[in-house]
Amino acid sequence: MATTEEIRAQLAELVNDVAGVPVEDVQLDKSFVDDLDVDSLAMVEILVGCEEKFGVTIPDEESKNLKTVGDAVAYIEAHS
Amino acid sequence: MTEIKASTGPRYARILSVGSATPSRVIDNEYLLQFIDSSDEWITQRTGIRERRWIDEGESIETLSLEAARTAIERSGVPVDQIDAVILSTISHYHQTPALAPKLADALGIPDAAAYDISAACAGFSYGLAQAEGMVRSGQARHVLVIAGETISEITDLTDRGTAFLFGDGAGAVVVGPSETNGIGPVVWGSDGSQSGAIWQTKGWQEAVAEGTWPRLGMDGRAVFKWATSFIAQAAKKAMDEAGITPDQLDVFIPHQANDRITDTLLRYLKLPESVVVARTIRQLGNNSAATIPMAMDALLSSGEAKSGQTALIIGFGAGLVYAGQVITLP
Repeated sequence: MATTEEIRAQLAELVNDVAGVPVEDVQLDKSFVDDLDVDSLAMVEILVGCEEKFGVTIPDEESKNLKTVGDAVAYIEAHS
Repeated sequence: MTEIKASTGPRYARILSVGSATPSRVIDNEYLLQFIDSSDEWITQRTGIRERRWIDEGESIETLSLEAARTAIERSGVPVDQIDAVILSTISHYHQTPALAPKLADALGIPDAAAYDISAACAGFSYGLAQAEGMVRSGQARHVLVIAGETISEITDLTDRGTAFLFGDGAGAVVVGPSETNGIGPVVWGSDGSQSGAIWQTKGWQEAVAEGTWPRLGMDGRAVFKWATSFIAQAAKKAMDEAGITPDQLDVFIPHQANDRITDTLLRYLKLPESVVVARTIRQLGNNSAATIPMAMDALLSSGEAKSGQTALIIGFGAGLVYAGQVITLP
């Protein structure tokens, strides 16, 4: 089972790949929209990327609750 | 049992020529801000679209389709009496019967052609091309004229800040005929009717007529974006695999121009080399539904960015949901 830090690091690579955000900026307390300037379309891509990378399913109604990097990491930890 | 003769045709088919038509009225993002609370920057960032063309008085799906078809026929050098079928792909011919294709064939001077319309939204050109390829290779038609014509501006909801800026009008056409070498790879196509609510006509005609309203085009942008950047990326890869083409053998990529951001994601997934020329006509023309791919093909060939004989991947996807893609040799 991957650690929180391993999941965060892999997610950071994904966010960098999709939205060009530097990997070191993708920390647990950061909000995707407010801090990392990730817009709604990029967010869809990041969540699709998470589904592939971590083998989880993120329903649309769940995705709007994933506001911070920490929210996403916690969701992946709980569902992978 | 009595033997029934079967039709036989040439081994291969290819696109012999392409033509396109754009209407005269240029609509920039600023113009749309009178209807929606948005900004030029927001629209450009999320879609790549800076302007689009809409029909003006005297222009229609018929005039655009005829102009594109005339150009394609002229460039093909094929005499009109050797065109045995005319397929029009459209979702914006708002007169259900008769189909528009027979009228277009008549106006083009094509005698006694099989002629019909198909409805496969933004995948319509690739659907029509797949049919044309099959018709030529089976001997059911010597040449097939495939036209994609759309005037989505007529059903665009100008008050919908998710779609008001997306669509442009236009038409594209190709002539498909026999070839010594193969110019159209196996089609990869399909549909997912469980997502018929992702892009839809807001009201059926009966309901609209009863209410005295006019239907619009609705879209769940998030659902479409998710599908296009995951499932369609895989379908595009499959079209290359089935044609036996690797990314380094590809010269040109013409995805349906739905959104520049979808194109970016497809490129990342397909890992196409930087040398591949990528269609970005959405920036000036918007999303032209079925007409997008042949319009972009003509634009790239006319500007010299793409050249005749090059290998291109095309893939269309849209309301249905439906999709279709092929690897082709550019005319």
